[in-house]
Amino acid sequence: MADKVEAKEVKLTAKDFASDQDVRWCPGCGDYSVLAQVQRSFPDLVGIKKEDIVWVSGIGCSSRFPYYMNTYGFHGIHGRAAAIATGVKLANPKLSVWVATGDGDLLSIGGNHFIHACRKNVDLKILLFNNRIYGLTKGQYSPTSEQGKITKTTPYGSVDYPFRAISLALGSRATFIARTLDRDVKHLQAMIKRAAEHKGLAFVEIYQNCVIYNDGAFDIYTNKETKDDHTLYLQHAKPMLFGKNKEKGIKLDGTKLKVININESDNSINDVLVHDEFDESPLYATLLAFMAENSDLPTPVGVFRQVFRLTYDEGVENQIAHIKAKKGEGDLEKFLFSANTWEVN
Amino acid sequence: MLKEKEVKNLAEVTVRFAGDSGDGMQLTGSQFSDTTAAVGNDLSTLPDYPAEIRAPSGTIYGVSGFQLHFSSTDIHTPGDRPDVLVAMNPAALKKNLDELKPGGIIIVNTDAFDSKNLKLAKYESNPLEDGSIKGYEVYQVPVASLTSKALEDTSLSQKEISRCKNFFALGLMYWLFNRPLEPTLHWIQVKFRDTPEFIDANTKALNAGYNFGEMTEVFTTRFTVAPAKLPKGIYRSISGNEATALGFLAASVKSGLPLFLGSYPITPASEILQYLSYYKNFGVKTFQAEDEIAGVTAAIGAAFAGNLAITNTSGPGLALKTEGIGLAVMTELPLVIINVQRGGPSTGLPTKTEQADLLQSIYGRHGESPVPVLAAATPSDCFYMAIEASRIALKYMTPVILLTDGYLANGSEPWKIPHVNELPDISVKYWTQKEGFAPYNRDENLSRPWAIPGTPGLEHRIGGLEKANITGNVSYDPDNHHNMVKLRDQKVKGIVKDIPDLEVDGDQEGDLLVLGWGGTYGAITESVIKVREEGYRVSQAHLKYLNPFPKNTGEVLTRFNNILIPEINLGQLSKIIRSEFLTPVIQLNIVRGLPFRTSDIQNKIKEILGGKNNGR
Repeated sequence: MADKVEAKEVKLTAKDFASDQDVRWCPGCGDYSVLAQVQRSFPDLVGIKKEDIVWVSGIGCSSRFPYYMNTYGFHGIHGRAAAIATGVKLANPKLSVWVATGDGDLLSIGGNHFIHACRKNVDLKILLFNNRIYGLTKGQYSPTSEQGKITKTTPYGSVDYPFRAISLALGSRATFIARTLDRDVKHLQAMIKRAAEHKGLAFVEIYQNCVIYNDGAFDIYTNKETKDDHTLYLQHAKPMLFGKNKEKGIKLDGTKLKVININESDNSINDVLVHDEFDESPLYATLLAFMAENSDLPTPVGVFRQVFRLTYDEGVENQIAHIKAKKGEGDLEKFLFSANTWEVN
Repeated sequence: MLKEKEVKNLAEVTVRFAGDSGDGMQLTGSQFSDTTAAVGNDLSTLPDYPAEIRAPSGTIYGVSGFQLHFSSTDIHTPGDRPDVLVAMNPAALKKNLDELKPGGIIIVNTDAFDSKNLKLAKYESNPLEDGSIKGYEVYQVPVASLTSKALEDTSLSQKEISRCKNFFALGLMYWLFNRPLEPTLHWIQVKFRDTPEFIDANTKALNAGYNFGEMTEVFTTRFTVAPAKLPKGIYRSISGNEATALGFLAASVKSGLPLFLGSYPITPASEILQYLSYYKNFGVKTFQAEDEIAGVTAAIGAAFAGNLAITNTSGPGLALKTEGIGLAVMTELPLVIINVQRGGPSTGLPTKTEQADLLQSIYGRHGESPVPVLAAATPSDCFYMAIEASRIALKYMTPVILLTDGYLANGSEPWKIPHVNELPDISVKYWTQKEGFAPYNRDENLSRPWAIPGTPGLEHRIGGLEKANITGNVSYDPDNHHNMVKLRDQKVKGIVKDIPDLEVDGDQEGDLLVLGWGGTYGAITESVIKVREEGYRVSQAHLKYLNPFPKNTGEVLTRFNNILIPEINLGQLSKIIRSEFLTPVIQLNIVRGLPFRTSDIQNKIKEILGGKNNGR
């Protein structure tokens, strides 16, 4: 007699996180990889129930993301994802709130919301799909497009300077900052999990290839021939080495970073900077944030920085609890009559 | 021996306090109001201050005023023209003299009438000496030096002593109008509890002003205004902004939902954010956002997550929130947007009142984007309309715009405090069952289910793209779009069955109906009462539901030969009434950043009715 049913925790799979909607990105788009890695990583997230996950987005190719996740989702308006997500999180702090956004959505029209969400340390996970181009509007330059880039709106090359997203997040006091690559699925999964585990605002910049309007923008970092010399994988407490045989290292010279070959007689591995994710000062992470633009240096991927501060939503909840303890639970009848009153007989 | 002073009984008085923006006139005015309310007069107030915080002292543009109308009968406006002007400096006199009633009382602080201040006020000679204020009853009081004298044994600096002079003036006015000092003395005790020297000084200044009235030969008469006959109950004084904040607090309690306010400071709406941020022991969450857009979109996020979500602003902020409101229309989430209207366009007149955002509220979004629009009629009505706006938003899953204005927001009146059990129950239930759930399945009110994140099995996605009917999936289907446009429109139109009919005060049919909306209620009501006293037959109706209109609106309009619509804009309601009901209307539009003077409305009524004061 099977009168006893074992209460079993059913482990979810990637499929459980896929919605019934057809995915409509261009074939070969980097967004497919991000979606797949999110769906693969989410079953492993400890202590987060599927019904407690909310994906929020703005406008752009990547902002279609929520429709493809079988979780709660809100496809907002251009640039406002971080603000909408802040409202969701404050209203119900138990929720795990994720933002899918692009470089135009987050850094141009939504720049203000981004820096303030970082500053407040709202417990949001923001995935920036950075393809350095406006895709959905068909190929205009973006705030991360490199200077000189030729696009439909810059036929003679763009004259403005791009944002360094990592540096912007640092300057805005984000507590978790990482970068990863759409084509490095293992690393992408690892960064998603690290972001999920972080209590506070987690910002992950994903170099994502737009196959139509900016194809190959990040090829140098993922191509077998070039990636070893151009991509530096940051690992906490490990020396910052790269190159085919990990023969090259990053050395701190005064306030500048430079590349040394540890096999050369003057150098040794002891000269190589050891990565510290948890350095309280943002100065070190700022040096790393500037590497991507320096053609003499490799571009780092991995966790740039993780620090721990009370989150905004916790602060709000704590204050309410404190005031309730001090004043007692609000009583509307009493409160309405508590002002300076007089009686008319 | 002191001469016994004559006491005159008045039915009503309008007093205006005027001085530099740093002179504490708003404080003086609100203290006088609170005390006057506490002795049982009906009252209505109009703070009128410059947008600059501390404009250069002595200048005309730096003058801050506070007008107060109080009476032994029911009143509705802060008064057209003051009977009494308290002028703390020449600029205050210059700016306000034209408004004073002929033969009115002027109390001036003579100490401020030096050559520098006279020059700043652009007086070529001293008006106290050159006969230019002949015809008024002028009381010259050296307020500053009398205050200094009263405080000479305190440890305060000369500057600090100077700042106490408004309490001297207040004390004198308490004597003149026979008001008790106790409420203000108590207020001083509480306000300055950490600085005993200020308690001492302000108390002394207040008493000195009162005693000066008693002792001086200058004043031979004092006045009393008997208590008004108001309905029985417990009363408090309330401003529109505080009533709005309390209304949403009540809506939170009566709906059983946590209240979330997404907001960005803007005059004259910031006080709503300030009040609500105090109500933390009710679990109220106030999010002071980085901008107006974040204010509304965070509120939309909070609504998605199941809170009673609101956002407050004034005209320029409403413009910024426009796209967000469209998102709430598309996602069909409950949200209340409070617009405390001010003078526009652009930065306009930030501290002044206006009614010129009606068309923006009803029509000011791209696409077919229907939003219910409500407007409060009086400061205390803001409380009830906040609850009503919440009820409609929650029941119909829609954003609702609640219009108040600068006059209602800052003006105050006595309010008979309601008991919580007398307030409407607006409780709502989230959708929790898996069976029959589809995000855009509609109930009998065409309202969709509210299934909030955290509910197992109901994971779904919504957003700003057009929704397929029922499933809520993204749809570009032409016929579906046409259908959804109509469904959203019908849903909002259908609210008509759920709101009260438009009531007509006075004759139910006749020659003239004065139709108003929002914050002009007091001015129109008082005007109508006054002309009726002269024998004119005139009826009044007031709209608090602007979209949709009450269902009998068109029928009411057919019962009158003439419809007069006074508005503090260039005819926005008039335009809508004409287009909706194909009926001619007569406009009265005065856009001065101030409430209507009842005389303007009375004159217009008489002009329309000609000599037809049939009662005589």
